[in-house]
Amino acid sequence: MSGEPFLIGDSMTGGYGKSGPDILHDCTIAVERGEIAVIVGPNGAGKSTAMKAVFGMLNLRQGAVRLDGQDITELSPQARVRKGMGFVPQTSNIFTSMTVEENLEMGAFIREDDYRKTMEQVFELFPILREKRAQAAGELSGGQRQQVAVGRALMTQPKVLMLDEPTAGVSPIVMDELFDRIIEVARTGICILMVEQNARQALEIADKGYVLVQGANAHTGTGKDLLADPDVRRSFLGG
Amino acid sequence: MDLLNAIVALANFVLIPAVAYGSQLALGALGVTLIYGILRFSNFAHGDTMAFGTMVVVLVTWWLQSLGISLGPLPTALLAIPFGIAATAVLVLATDRAVYRFYRKQKAKPVILVIVSIGVMFIYNGLTRVILGPDDQRFADGERFIISAREFKAMTGLSEGLAIRTTQGITVVTAIIVVALLFWFLNRTRTGKSMRAYSDNEDLALLSGINPEKVERVTWLIVAALITVAGVLYGLDKSYKPFTYFQLLLPIFAAAIVGGLGNPLGAILGGFVIAFSEVGITYAWKKVLGYALPDSLAPDSLVQLLSTDYKFAVSFVILVIVLLFKPTGLMKGKAV
Repeated sequence: MSGEPFLIGDSMTGGYGKSGPDILHDCTIAVERGEIAVIVGPNGAGKSTAMKAVFGMLNLRQGAVRLDGQDITELSPQARVRKGMGFVPQTSNIFTSMTVEENLEMGAFIREDDYRKTMEQVFELFPILREKRAQAAGELSGGQRQQVAVGRALMTQPKVLMLDEPTAGVSPIVMDELFDRIIEVARTGICILMVEQNARQALEIADKGYVLVQGANAHTGTGKDLLADPDVRRSFLGG
Repeated sequence: MDLLNAIVALANFVLIPAVAYGSQLALGALGVTLIYGILRFSNFAHGDTMAFGTMVVVLVTWWLQSLGISLGPLPTALLAIPFGIAATAVLVLATDRAVYRFYRKQKAKPVILVIVSIGVMFIYNGLTRVILGPDDQRFADGERFIISAREFKAMTGLSEGLAIRTTQGITVVTAIIVVALLFWFLNRTRTGKSMRAYSDNEDLALLSGINPEKVERVTWLIVAALITVAGVLYGLDKSYKPFTYFQLLLPIFAAAIVGGLGNPLGAILGGFVIAFSEVGITYAWKKVLGYALPDSLAPDSLVQLLSTDYKFAVSFVILVIVLLFKPTGLMKGKAV
């Protein structure tokens, strides 16, 4: 199918568990090649849930997920990793007792080929990680840990990178830096789907933004459009 | 005052036995800590797994002896260890498949697995007694001493003797080799690293494509090897009796918890802490103090803090103290 986004969670309806209440209602999330898509919205809007649905961590009652035109709705998260999706969870996203280098190695666990080149690329992207490669990842600062987490996900050379609130709990300066790095990752041709609390900053770097309210699409548009939309400004961006 | 003789007596009666005992406990505690870290439960069948593995080694040793095969000055049991490890590996893997896997699939709570492992313990317990019986068995052969007390006295002219038994020497050397191999495996190989990753963060390990079944299988294999070696070393050093091995569960668990559950280095440290405390507290210090103190202060009593019958109380007390003041153990482990 040409013309369809690279990754799309199409009209997804579902919730956690087999009989849990629906959290998502006919929600659609998509990313185009080489673009950054951002999911924003108030607390409890189902932002993370929408992303987890795209990654196969909950059962969809309706709708489908397609990657590069292929239906992957029935695949497990692990199988999706093999298909080229990288996922960085919001919490517990690194191996704290292992060194930075071992974290990256574990990221490349499914690869049979030589991954040293990819590790070199990750080190170029996050120079601080090269410096701290022999240090336990759990001893690093919040921002550095997020870099390890993103680096680990990049080791499989994913086509899509999914980030669940990558800037949660880091200082504004570190947040700006992380966003810069995410833009750099996107420039290498990897699509990025990201859930963010810091809606304004996230929309500024987004090609596409999704505002979710109560598990449904409330507003969709380019980052700029959403920032300019008086409705969105009033309800989420504080005027 | 005679410091030299005091030091020799101390080494002979406390240091050397405690180092050997500590090495045996450390190997046992490593198994407990690996199961806790990776399979995420406290395995109460550990002592009886050790009894089973050692039993196989005892039987194979007797068989080798009947064939006239021996290692000269070294105990024949060393040749039989691979057989013991293989049999124990088959036993624990079969148990895992038939019992533990069922509960893992249901995502049973760790406390349920603990109870299950107690059931497994009774079965192993019976298995060993049916095959070999509950009695004391001796299977050590070869040279008894690396250096005997009499030789030492003749060599040095001291009135105190220092004896190092072959089994003590073998225990320490084997423990060092086994621990070095284990740490090399965990820190340097892909499979070992994936085991650490799985222990550290199960969800992320699954996300990274690590196969949990393989990790679990390899863990059981390593545990089978560790526990069989520990059991054989203990049996050679002291004697083999299934009930004693069951009782070893307490100091072994104490060692693993004191060191920090899930932390392999901690298990080794814990093993030595428990061994030195146990030996030190149940030893009658009269002789050492008699040499070390001026004659006027030499003690009349035995200066034995606790009778050896109470040696298990020592592990218990240390366990309680650690759990009260440092619940994650001396080296950072997981909270119990």
